[in-house]
Amino acid sequence: MTVVKTSINRRSFLKASALAGGGMMLTFNWLAGCKPTTTKEVLTLPKEWFEMNSYIKIGENGVVSLMSPNPEFGSNVKTSMPMILADELNVDWKNVLVEQADFFPERFERQFTGGSQGIRLGWQPLRTAGATARQMLTDAAAQTWNVPASEITTENGMLIHKASDNKASYGEMASLAATLPVPEEVALKEIKEFHIIGTSRKNVEGKNIVTGKPMFSLDHTKEGMLISMIVHPPAFGMKVKSIDESSVKSMPGIRDVFVFQNLRDDYERNGFDTTSFADMVAIVGNTTWEVMNAKKALKVEWENAPEKTFDVQGWRGKETVVMPAGLESSDGHTYQMEQMSRKAAQELRKDGDPETAFKKADKVLERTYTAPYLAHNCMEPVNCFADVTADKAELYGPIQAPEFIMNALSTSLGMPKEKIKINLARMGGGFGQRAYGHHMVEAALISQKVNAPVLTIYSREDDMTYGIYRPTYTATYKAALDKDNNLIAFHVKGGGIPEHAVAANRFPAGAVDNYLAEGWSLNSNITIGAFRAPRSNFIAGAEQSFMDELAELAGKDPIDFRLELLDRAKNNPVGENNDYDAERLSGVLRLVREKSNWTETRKNIHRGVSAYFCHNTYVAEVLDLEMKDNKPVVHNVYAAVDCGIVINPDAATNMGEGGIVDGIGNALFGEMTFKDGKPEKNNFHQYQMIRQKEAPKSIEIHFVENEHDPTGLGEPLFPPTFAAVANALYKATGKRFYNQPFVHDLETTRMEM
Amino acid sequence: MASLSLNINSKNYTVDIDPQMPLLWALRDIIGLKGTKYGCGIAQCGACTVLLEDNAVRSCSLPVSAVADKKIVTIEGLSEDGDHPLQQAWIEHDVPQCGYCQAGQIMNAAGLLNKNPNPTDEEIETAMNGNICRCGTYLRIKAAIKTAAKSEKV
Ligand code: FES
Ligand code: FES
Repeated sequence: MTVVKTSINRRSFLKASALAGGGMMLTFNWLAGCKPTTTKEVLTLPKEWFEMNSYIKIGENGVVSLMSPNPEFGSNVKTSMPMILADELNVDWKNVLVEQADFFPERFERQFTGGSQGIRLGWQPLRTAGATARQMLTDAAAQTWNVPASEITTENGMLIHKASDNKASYGEMASLAATLPVPEEVALKEIKEFHIIGTSRKNVEGKNIVTGKPMFSLDHTKEGMLISMIVHPPAFGMKVKSIDESSVKSMPGIRDVFVFQNLRDDYERNGFDTTSFADMVAIVGNTTWEVMNAKKALKVEWENAPEKTFDVQGWRGKETVVMPAGLESSDGHTYQMEQMSRKAAQELRKDGDPETAFKKADKVLERTYTAPYLAHNCMEPVNCFADVTADKAELYGPIQAPEFIMNALSTSLGMPKEKIKINLARMGGGFGQRAYGHHMVEAALISQKVNAPVLTIYSREDDMTYGIYRPTYTATYKAALDKDNNLIAFHVKGGGIPEHAVAANRFPAGAVDNYLAEGWSLNSNITIGAFRAPRSNFIAGAEQSFMDELAELAGKDPIDFRLELLDRAKNNPVGENNDYDAERLSGVLRLVREKSNWTETRKNIHRGVSAYFCHNTYVAEVLDLEMKDNKPVVHNVYAAVDCGIVINPDAATNMGEGGIVDGIGNALFGEMTFKDGKPEKNNFHQYQMIRQKEAPKSIEIHFVENEHDPTGLGEPLFPPTFAAVANALYKATGKRFYNQPFVHDLETTRMEM
Repeated sequence: MASLSLNINSKNYTVDIDPQMPLLWALRDIIGLKGTKYGCGIAQCGACTVLLEDNAVRSCSLPVSAVADKKIVTIEGLSEDGDHPLQQAWIEHDVPQCGYCQAGQIMNAAGLLNKNPNPTDEEIETAMNGNICRCGTYLRIKAAIKTAAKSEKV
């Protein structure tokens, strides 16, 4: 039995009424619950709720309301997090309603969705909250029946004392339990006792989604609400010079047009306070269509923006960021990156004596990989509702990291944080982009200026050309084999704009005696941000393609070659700081080899393998493709995943499928380019997204069964897919694919054929 | 501005409206039906799909004047209580991730099944190719359409 201190959940035991700003009570939404669909089974709302802690309320009739703390962007935390609570609480999932918590840092530990960390970091607090409520209900029953608490058992929302033949529902004990002291320690369930965790449960919002209920902030409306849209400079490195208000002011439905600045000049930014342009134009009107028309008609003069330097309080402490002046182009970037690749770079890790080892090598392989900027292209464009009055601000918008936009909101509005309320909307995708809350500040400032509730909407074009892209990267990998084809030296030198993607302590670090990792970067005024599996989304594609070519040079099977290296890292690791578990990485490779029948050859089918560890989860993939009319058709993808305990298997599988589809799409097509500071694509007619026809015909996801604490799945299946595609394409075409997106080299290949 | 009559989900609405306004924005901003989504505005993503006389169309690119007096069905009107075979199949296969594209996917699938009640995999792929799902739920969408097609036959 695991006993945990409840103090890890300090915040969740503060009663709502005891908190300053007790008026900020959580809004109950019946529709948000996992209400059973048949009328017979419909739950009746209780007359009274008793609050056990921030996460759990129990009604006198036994209905349980569970709060999902984290913002939902499609990774299904709104179902899986309450499943953890319900299991420890020991209730029947049928009697559970789920609610989305507002942003409420006084009551919840970590309201952040990103980095695949929701489940990993929520696991212990959620279990503790559930177990604590169960214990308090048990204590209430013990007191009522005058029996020892240790003799009481719980089952499906019932408290049972066998010896005295007493039985009561949680609902009957809830009012007393809610008044009892919080126990200092509680016992968590054994893994074998789980009855909800590890079983597939449907998305609690499924019915609302398929019936078109308004659930996104873009669907939000309020009496007197206006619509606003922004006009941002057409190119990075530009700013507003002047606007001709008369060009739109008299157009139908238009209320206001003005230039505004998102962040104050003296504001000290955090890592999520990214804004691409110093100022923008806001147009406010009655309906979206009217504002869209005004956007087209607006006369604006732009001018070049000067260089800008500011401090950012980031993960690594305070850093000074330089946003250079000038209008940049992708051709220029390519040239600059090639130049930089030849210069000395910063050493990130060195083991042994790589220089000597390379000199002694029998064979040396050196390859360079590149990847472009990527736009997130969430299906729901950037938007936010804001209602700012003289003494308070209410916001409702898509945001992965609400905590990190509070300072900017407070400073830009000139309003203390206690007066600002952020409600968490379901997001129509996030992928990292929605961690950056500039749109919330914009919406709030526009509402403040026009003194009305406002829904601020980006058009698709605004969204795609605003920035916060996945950075562009390059890396050169070099490896040395001795005459027996052992890997004796490895060198990676990577760079990018404005960061490099080198994870110096990851595989194959630890598996080779002589190792060198180096990185460099270049400044730019094109803004970047987290994009599903930051950096890993480039590293995996490059490194795992290189491993494939290296295995071939060594005359070895690509899976065997990797397993040999992992054996070395497991049995006799080089260096101290290797940040992966070689045993678990080997485990997924062995599992995917078995499940895909790796050694079997299939007619016209070309197979590529790849394995990668990131965001605490281990993944190996085998991808089967066929060339039809000179186009790749992906048949099957097999993935083996080690993410510890799987909370909701079918939903986890869905997430994995999505990561793989996204990986295939971005490997083949994903790309944003620039000409004189201007993004060259602004909508889906130019920016190619993976569609139904290019999706694989089938995907099989196999989870390693173990009892490790759970880790996340939003990101880890995405990065290895790039290399699985590249390696399968090599088998199919005889050509290696070094530069993403592969569609360009595929076209060249086609012309040569 | 013009006075137009719209027939949406079997209800008649008379609206005083810019005849050039796309149906999408009329639905969302004027009628107040928010289930139909904006994704691109240029008929490239399918998020705004509705049925016009039983055919799937992109409401972002259809001026409201072109649809006056015609039968329009949106996701809200596909069934009374979310029990259209496609909606049920969508739940059975637990299709959605973020969910934003799904109303458009379902309405496009409804248009497909109206014309072709028993589509092959290839026919589904072709018919659904205009609907982007950024979350990558394509396999589940295809599986759900097949399930719905089967259930409609019985
Ligand atoms: S919004 Fe109509 S097709 Fe994209
Ligand atoms: S479910 Fe998110 S875009 Fe399709």
